[in-house]
Amino acid sequence: MSLFSKQNMEALKTPLGMNNPVTVQVLGICSALAVTAQLKPAIVMGLSVTIIVAMANVIISLLRNTIPNRIRIIVQLVVVAALVTIVSEILKAFAYDVSVELSVYIGLIITNCILMGRLEAFAMANGPWPSFLDGIGNGLGYAKILVIVAFLRELLGSGCLFGYQVIPQWCYEHGYINNGLMLMPPAALIIVGCIIWYQRARHTELQEEQN
Amino acid sequence: MNTNKNSYTFIYASVMVIIVAFLLAFVSSVLKPIQQKNVELDKKKQVLAALNIFEKDAEAAYATFVKADQLLAADGSVAAENGGFAIENSAVNAEKLPLYVCEVEGETKYVLPLYGAGLWGPIWGYVALNADKETIYGVYFSHAGETPGLGAEITNRDKFQVPFIGKKALNADNEVVISVVKNGKVQNPECEVDGISGGTITSQGVDAMLKSSIGLYKAFLAESACCAEGLECSENSECTVECANEEVVNE
Repeated sequence: MSLFSKQNMEALKTPLGMNNPVTVQVLGICSALAVTAQLKPAIVMGLSVTIIVAMANVIISLLRNTIPNRIRIIVQLVVVAALVTIVSEILKAFAYDVSVELSVYIGLIITNCILMGRLEAFAMANGPWPSFLDGIGNGLGYAKILVIVAFLRELLGSGCLFGYQVIPQWCYEHGYINNGLMLMPPAALIIVGCIIWYQRARHTELQEEQN
Repeated sequence: MNTNKNSYTFIYASVMVIIVAFLLAFVSSVLKPIQQKNVELDKKKQVLAALNIFEKDAEAAYATFVKADQLLAADGSVAAENGGFAIENSAVNAEKLPLYVCEVEGETKYVLPLYGAGLWGPIWGYVALNADKETIYGVYFSHAGETPGLGAEITNRDKFQVPFIGKKALNADNEVVISVVKNGKVQNPECEVDGISGGTITSQGVDAMLKSSIGLYKAFLAESACCAEGLECSENSECTVECANEEVVNE
């Protein structure tokens, strides 16, 4: 089987669109609310999750035939928690500024449902390489939604992108006001809801059958 | 092999836990010294940030500007000439008061540590006072996990920290008067700073932190400025007496 067979590429690509972890699988919503008030933490969180899902997927996939079925969730959790802890320790030692910047988010990765969801649904049943691609795909699919939400929230909520003001000052002088709601977590839910709406309206195969 | 047997499950779980524990302990102990260095360097950067100094080489800048990290007793007297740096901001109490005596452009500045509670976790920082022990020379705030875009804006230097510069920290009666008020509700610009809209609880946390942390140093800050080194009081031998009188009047 070739490394980039059709099946493998699908594992990588579908999470970006038709099987997006946030909008279709509805995983990782909690962190999508927490870190999307600004673009920078959203991007960092997206990348961190991508790396950790990919690594955890590979490890679980290698162990998948030895894991006792009854404690598989605990095993997955231990692997994820250990990985996150090691990554955070390494960051603290060699990239202290980044680790300060990430602060609580790095710990939040453990609680991200995408990790457990992908480990349980994919890595437990597939080989290491497809699992790796699946992890990358899902991480990027998650990051993509995070970036879209954060872009809208930061632009409309504080008039900035990456912390730099983009809405010109004269708009404010003529009575334009930043939308405070955009900075609150509910705004993220509303935007995610709109994205899901748009995606389902365009792709009728995603819609449940009505009876 | 039957992976569903009880014995297998037990052994698997035990082995996994032991391996992970050793791995984490190993990583942690190998990286500890490097992390410790980073933490110290970061603390120095924070002290310098309160003095409005942002040099690339924080180690050298700290050595240049910070003359002593004293430890004060509750009555404001110097208990130890150094050792203040080792005290964590969270461990500061009335008995252990670190004080960074600094010299910037020939003038003495005092940097006090701050520690308080935000919305989601601890907030901390440093405040630099001028030699008069009254007006603020600069501040630095940081936090563990406030909401980005809202409470976390206390780290925004231009928007939140710069407005503190030049404000009065204490009034003539030696009460801490510096306050963070609701955004747009500043009535007394001498000692009030705009809070962050949407970050009300964190703003209130900063307000409470300033009052309680600076309050710990009241005894030290009460010694009138003319007694502090560097002013013209060296020529005025009566200064000490005057100050003492002044205090009595105030009380």
